[in-house]
Amino acid sequence: MGPDAVFHVEGLRKSFGQNEVLGGISLDLYAGEVTVLMGANGAGKSTLVKIISGVYARGAGTMRLAGKAFDPQTPAEAIRAGVVTVHQNINDGVVADLDVATNLTLDRLSGKGASMLFKPANVRAEAKAVADRMGLAIDLKARVSDLSLADRQMVAIARAMAHQPKVLILDEPTSSLSSAEADRLFSLIDRLRGHGVAILYISHRMSDIRRLADRIMSMRDGVVSGVFDQKPLDYEGAVNAMLGRKIRLDRVVARSSARAVFTAEGLRIAHGAKPIAMTLGAGEVVAITGLVGVGKTALAETLFGVRKPLAGTMHMDGKPYAPDSARAAIAAGVFLVAKDRAESGIVGGFNIERNISLPFLRRMSSLGVMKKRAERLAARRQIDELGIVCRSEKDELSALSGGNQQKVMVARWMSQASRLFILDEPFQGVDISARRDIAAKLRASADGRATLIFVTEIDEALETADRILVMSEHTIVGEHRNADIDLDRLLAEVAGGPLHSAA
Amino acid sequence: MTLRDYAIRCGFIILLVGLIAYFAIAADGFASPQSAVFIFQSVAITGVLALGVTATLVVGGFDLSIGSVATSAMMAASYAMVVLEQNAIVAVIACLVIGVIVGLINGWLIVYMRVPDLLATLGMMFLLLGLQRIPTEGRSIATGMTMPDGSVANGKFSETFLALGRHRIDFFIPNLIPVSVVVLVVLALLIWFFLEYTRFGRMMYAVGSNERAAELAGAPVKAYKIWAYVISGVFASIGGILLAARLGRGDIASGNNLLLDAVAAALIGYAVLGAAKPNAFGTAVGAVFVGVLLQGLTMMNAPYYTQDFVKGAVLVVALVFTFALSGRGKR
Repeated sequence: MGPDAVFHVEGLRKSFGQNEVLGGISLDLYAGEVTVLMGANGAGKSTLVKIISGVYARGAGTMRLAGKAFDPQTPAEAIRAGVVTVHQNINDGVVADLDVATNLTLDRLSGKGASMLFKPANVRAEAKAVADRMGLAIDLKARVSDLSLADRQMVAIARAMAHQPKVLILDEPTSSLSSAEADRLFSLIDRLRGHGVAILYISHRMSDIRRLADRIMSMRDGVVSGVFDQKPLDYEGAVNAMLGRKIRLDRVVARSSARAVFTAEGLRIAHGAKPIAMTLGAGEVVAITGLVGVGKTALAETLFGVRKPLAGTMHMDGKPYAPDSARAAIAAGVFLVAKDRAESGIVGGFNIERNISLPFLRRMSSLGVMKKRAERLAARRQIDELGIVCRSEKDELSALSGGNQQKVMVARWMSQASRLFILDEPFQGVDISARRDIAAKLRASADGRATLIFVTEIDEALETADRILVMSEHTIVGEHRNADIDLDRLLAEVAGGPLHSAA
Repeated sequence: MTLRDYAIRCGFIILLVGLIAYFAIAADGFASPQSAVFIFQSVAITGVLALGVTATLVVGGFDLSIGSVATSAMMAASYAMVVLEQNAIVAVIACLVIGVIVGLINGWLIVYMRVPDLLATLGMMFLLLGLQRIPTEGRSIATGMTMPDGSVANGKFSETFLALGRHRIDFFIPNLIPVSVVVLVVLALLIWFFLEYTRFGRMMYAVGSNERAAELAGAPVKAYKIWAYVISGVFASIGGILLAARLGRGDIASGNNLLLDAVAAALIGYAVLGAAKPNAFGTAVGAVFVGVLLQGLTMMNAPYYTQDFVKGAVLVVALVFTFALSGRGKR
């Protein structure tokens, strides 16, 4: 490929045990260009990034940075050489117990030429410079642990920028940003592009990709399945190369429900927020969409009993429903697939079967003794139904790709019948094919229960739901039947514009 | 299975077998039923404590107060029988009540007062070390002792109680197996079954691995944590009962090594069968391992002061097995 590439990778291979994850990847990054890397979960994107950033050692192949061999043994070496990575896991990029200013200047505390003494005034001044360059509007004295996920992400990115890298790798940076914050990130990426930084941008979001990409590289099963650099970019081709099959945009046939399963009246989930009224019917799938931070998770947690509403009443099947714990909610048939599976879903020490049975141990035991056979059968059935890719139900979850891990989380709560099935951001960090599998399964099994999903992406709502509710400022501001939707009105409601007060 | 996997899975068991074989050849009289029983007897008390602390390790906690709970229980049993002239049943119940109460307080401090587990149980350890000396103003308790108010304590240890520490059950050879060993084996089977086969044990592991996930799966996480400390407290108090029954007096100076030996056994247990997590079987093997090592060294006339060194070295090796070789958290 082109000799003028700033960063050049040739024939990169990596295996974990028997399992070959990368089968000879070649990649070129050019100064002043954004190369988008697309790939389904398990395609090997994360492994590639970890090799480039010095976390894993490569199996075979060569890497060259600005004409010189690039062979980082540690992440620190990669950073010093000018290859900086912002990892998907936000908390890897920040130190939660320190304040924002210290985080932004953390890398200057060590390495060559660092002062022995810690001078708070200097740190603040440097941090302010970094923050100003980024347009970061966060209190520099705030502790990172007190910040929202989105703000932490901005700090992590700002910190990476402070290195003034030659190559910047962003691994799904917008997955927890609101659109305003994402816009800030995009304009910053534009600026860096102007300065000649070569950027590798990994994302699933088509809107990000359309906004940023100069080139697209698709990966599938550990190899490059397509490179697209002819303008205009062939987005559909890139998606097809990534999935290896022709995807079709499934039109949902919207169903309506006559029988109410769940009702809420006058529900208030935040001070100063307008009350929420809603009815969820048997057999329908309802999506609640809205930007990050508008109270979607708060509402999900309120319905699931782990957060108390400020006011209002709820009913399940006509009977009053006021759960005071997850346990009470589960007993009433209300299940929640919580957001952020690594933090609130996956039990790391458990294999697939034990992760699936977790909430239903009482039903899978007699006199307290586990019925292991029943447990195994339930797990096998779920693995089958959701198409979880694994060797057996005894696999550790850490051996699965993100999409399959998420399927296990959904399988956990589908292994028993529910009355109200809530999923909070079930498609986060999940590739398109796993997302389709999960959505199809949700719709196919929806009979008899009410299904409620919380998603930030409107596309995900359109793909999955019969009815779409829009949230803004901790209340519901709009309702749409998913047939001939007025997208302009929906987007205006999401944006919380002037229509908001009228809705 | 690669050689490395094999080493991780079976390393400690092989080491234990090798150690036994070595001592059997090198030390006269090591390979006899009496010697085996002696090993079990020497690990009975620390083993019981180690099984208790395993429960707290499972929920992601730690209990540093077990040693002092055991000695407090020993002092309480002695006080009940010698000073208050009560019978064995009262003494045993008093000990168990102490274990439950300490466990509840530990759990309450950790769960509701949000004191980190190490600090809460460290505080409890100091508190108990002082508290157990207050009733007798620092004296050891034995029949005929003079009380602070000048009176003489005339009660004595009941025979039934002493039997817990001294009676031996016939097993092929007359007077072979001490009751304390039977207690150890029963408790080990009990906690092993509880952790591996019941839904309560399963949920305790879930709490230890991902507390929030367990809570969102409907588990009463706080109750599970408190129960773990109660189990630990009760097991420690049973250890104290066995100690009192073996010594036949409330010896203020005994039980110094209990905490470290028990913790070592539980942590060595991480490495057994490559479990890389706290488990009852591993803890039992760990306790036996330490016992075999010390008994063997003693029979080969190694000086007493080398024992702690050897224990520490074994613990460090076991931790390397667990955390480095099994490659958890790193590829």
